This record gives sequence, C-alpha cells and structure tokens, in this order.
Amino acid sequence: MKMSGSEQESAHRIIHRTVERVARESYGRLVAYLSAHTRDVASAEDALSDALVKALRAWPRDGVPENPEAWLMTTARRSIIDHVRHEQVAKASEPTLALLREDSKEPNMTLSPEFPDERLKLLFVCAHPAIDPAMHTPLMLQTVLGLDAALIAHAFLISPTTMGQRLVRAKTKIRDGGIRFEIPQERELPERLDAVLEAIYAAFGIGWDDMVGVDQRGRDLTEESVWLARVLLRLMPQEAEVHGLLALMLHCEARRSARRGPDGRFVPLSEQDPKQWSLPLIEEAERHLGEASSRGRAGRFQLEAAIQSVHAERGRSGRTAWPAITLFYEQLIRISPTLGTQTGYAAAVAEAKGPKAGLAVLDEIDLAAVSTYQPYWAVRAHLLQRLGKIPEAADAFDRAIGLTEDPAVRKFLLQRRG
Amino acid sequence: MQFALLIFEPPEAFAARNADENDPYLGAWRAYHKAIVEAGIFVGGNPLQAPETGTTVRLKNGKRRVQDGPFADTKEQLGGFTILELPSLDAALEWAARCPAASIGAVEVRPVSPEYLRRVTG
Repeated sequence: MKMSGSEQESAHRIIHRTVERVARESYGRLVAYLSAHTRDVASAEDALSDALVKALRAWPRDGVPENPEAWLMTTARRSIIDHVRHEQVAKASEPTLALLREDSKEPNMTLSPEFPDERLKLLFVCAHPAIDPAMHTPLMLQTVLGLDAALIAHAFLISPTTMGQRLVRAKTKIRDGGIRFEIPQERELPERLDAVLEAIYAAFGIGWDDMVGVDQRGRDLTEESVWLARVLLRLMPQEAEVHGLLALMLHCEARRSARRGPDGRFVPLSEQDPKQWSLPLIEEAERHLGEASSRGRAGRFQLEAAIQSVHAERGRSGRTAWPAITLFYEQLIRISPTLGTQTGYAAAVAEAKGPKAGLAVLDEIDLAAVSTYQPYWAVRAHLLQRLGKIPEAADAFDRAIGLTEDPAVRKFLLQRRG
Repeated sequence: MQFALLIFEPPEAFAARNADENDPYLGAWRAYHKAIVEAGIFVGGNPLQAPETGTTVRLKNGKRRVQDGPFADTKEQLGGFTILELPSLDAALEWAARCPAASIGAVEVRPVSPEYLRRVTG
C-alpha cells in the first residue's frame, strides 16, 4: 500500500522523534561504550552521528528496529571499524583491534541489548586531572549529553570556533595522553569524584545564571546537569556527596519559577512566595539529603544542600532559621573557603547578628579578589544601605550593577540603589 | 593585551541619551563604567553622537562622494567604543556580556592591533 503525502510526512516526523529520543537516552551510553574500547572519544562521536544519520534514512524504509539502541551501536561500531580498515589496520592500536575482534565474534551484526554502562568511566575521563579544568564541564556536556559545540560555546561565553578547537584538543589528549577509562582506585576516588561533581555543578551554575534562556534550541543546562547527577547517582548510589549534589540542585530547581515575577522582575530569595516553590522537588531533595547524612560523611555539597534545606523550611514554618544557616556556612568555609562561601556567610551573619557583623565578615575578604565578583558587591551594598551609609552603599550598588549580566538583576539593583 | 568593545545600539538607546538623570540605561552605563575603572582595565573610549549626525566621505574615480548619515545602514548602529586592557579574549567576552548594550543591541569584541600600528607608524 502506498502512503499519501501527509501520511508519509507524519511517519517521518515519528521516526525523527524516535531517533531524537533514542539519541537523548542513549547518546552518552553509546559514546562511553565505544570510546571505552578505543579511548577515541572523537571518532566514537563521529561514528554515532553517522549512525544517527543512517537511522533517519533506514528506519522510515525498514521500520524502527526492535532495539534501536543496539542498532545504533552496531552501526556506529561498524563505521569505526570501516574507518580503521581504511586507515591501514597495521597502524591500529591494541584497543581498536580488541573492538575488531569483538565484532568478529558477532558475525550477524547483532548486539545484546544489554551492554555495560561505561558512562561513569567517561565522566571520570572528562574530569581527569590531566585535562584543563575549564574543559571538564564542556567535555561532559558534549560526550555524555551530546550537546553541540556551538551551544556549549554560548553557555560558556566563548566563540563557537574556539570552543570547538578546545574540545578537539581535549579529546586528542584523552586519546593520545594515555588517560585510562577506569573507575579511580579507592585512594584517589574522593578527589577524582570531587572533580566530576564540580564539573556537573558548574553546568548547573551556568544554567542557573542564564535565566533569560536566550537560546531556545538548547535544552536547559540546569535540567541537563540534574540529569547528569541522576546518572551519576545510579552508577554510584553509595556516595554521600552525589546525593548531596543532587539535593542541592533539586532545592534550587524547586524555586525556579519563583525567581521572577509575572512581569519578568527579579525576585530575591527572601521575597519569594514559598507557595510558588515546587513541593515534590523539595521533598525529593530532602530524601537525598537524608540519604547522604545517613552515610555519615559530610562534604561540601551536602552542606550547601543543607543551607538550601533551611531556606526551604520557610515554606512550612514561615521563617528562616538564620543561626542554623550561619553554622552550616562556618563548616563549609572550613572545607571550601571560596569567595561564594565567604559572601554567603557574610549575608547569613548579617541576618543572624545584624548588618554590622555581616559587614565585618565582608571586610576580611581580600579586596583584590572581589574586584569582579558581583555577589560580594550586591551583599555589601545591601548591608551598607541597612546601616544608613548611603553614599558608600550607592558606590557598592554601582559596582554590583556594573558587574551584572542579567538585565532583570540590573534593574532590581538600580531600583534598590535609588 | 587590548580589546576594543564596539557598542552597537538600537534607535531607542540613542533616544534615551536625552532622558533625565534617573534613566535606567544611563544608570546602568554609569555603573558599568565605574566597574571597569575600579577593576583597573579601562584604557579609553568614547560614546558617539547619534548615527544621523554622521557624514560619510568616499573618493570614487577621483570624485568626491559625500553621504549624509552613517556608513552602514543597519538597525543597530555604532554608539561608541571602549578599550580595555585584559589578559584574554575570554575575559573580554565576559565584560562584553556585562555591557548594558549587550541586552538591547550587540557588543563586538575586537583585539587592538599593535603590530599593524607599528607598521603604520614605522
């Protein structure tokens, strides 16, 4: 039977959506599995995009295979092998030969639907100490989630060409630098895991700041990083800090819609209406935080999540327990004395003990370090204003306004400045 | 190294230049300028008057051609430039994103070319 034009069109759309869905679910798994064998992330990605293109051609004609992921895997692996044969097998590396051998064991080109999930190894490779830390997050976004370089470039405020080059360089380093696809040994695990968590959280931070969501083509980076954290948690359910990171991100996500008024106005946390917070997300965050603390090993992300948990408590009690937040910050500063932690601590102290005490905490921070750190100036301006030091406050407001990228925050601060 | 931030603004931004002291765009620019100076990266720069005040001159086959208005006929027009001393393009792009014009117009970042200047000045 011949399909009509519109029937054909809708069939194409369905196929297209199926390919998109499979790519979304399986991209990282497929890249991880292919590159764990060859250590060649770039050619795994190339092979997979070839396979996706072939799927768009073959599936409308032959129907969607029963196991689309296995189909993509087989096709991608075939394409890597063809490529290697083309490039002279003699030159092929041992891991690639292993892949070839494995292929020959399966002459009918089928693959068991269950192939090992190597994404954890890939995550550790992306955040390997031999890779430039600035590239950890972009690498993860590309290899595990399949985001394209231009999109990552927008998020990182880097030109697309430069981002593309940096990604290529990092992947070359993975291939040629002897970086192994493995789970780190017990001894180095905490540090290595920390780098993975940092990289995921960095993606979340960028998505969080990019409220305006300029690029509609892009899936939201905060959602992507929550997804990454969930993947990591499935692979390492025993790690307290992974629960901590997920709890932290979920608490923040819960307040997403409350951060802007109906007119797009910026609404600071203290003025948000808790009724607009997502209760299911808060509850899920609390479950993970509880799970983390039952493992009895505190860490940076658990403490940050605990601070957010106290904020969330306002939804139930109507008030914020600032002394508790201050205590969590004190512990946090001991293990992670960043500008962000110190500034947050100052704001908490100001709420618990008054603006003068908060300002004293800010005054301890090295001025040279904060010349471009916007939150410091915003908190400083706010505290000086509360102390009635109007000219000094205006000066700090200007610094905060001048360092803001977000037009809604800029408008908010301009109004506060008066 | 030095980077030029070329500020492209829509007509509303040029119109807002005559607004009163409390205009938010003016306030944002004041704050931005202060942040640049306090960060110790400001080299120089100037705003330009509205594009319709421009006059464009060319010599074609030895003949003078004078045109009212700016060189390029685009919605967003060059409204000024700022020169910053920064370690890298990455840092320059961060400052470009903070520029008040970035959210209503566009900011082009271009490295200054001291090499060419040396060739020109000899």
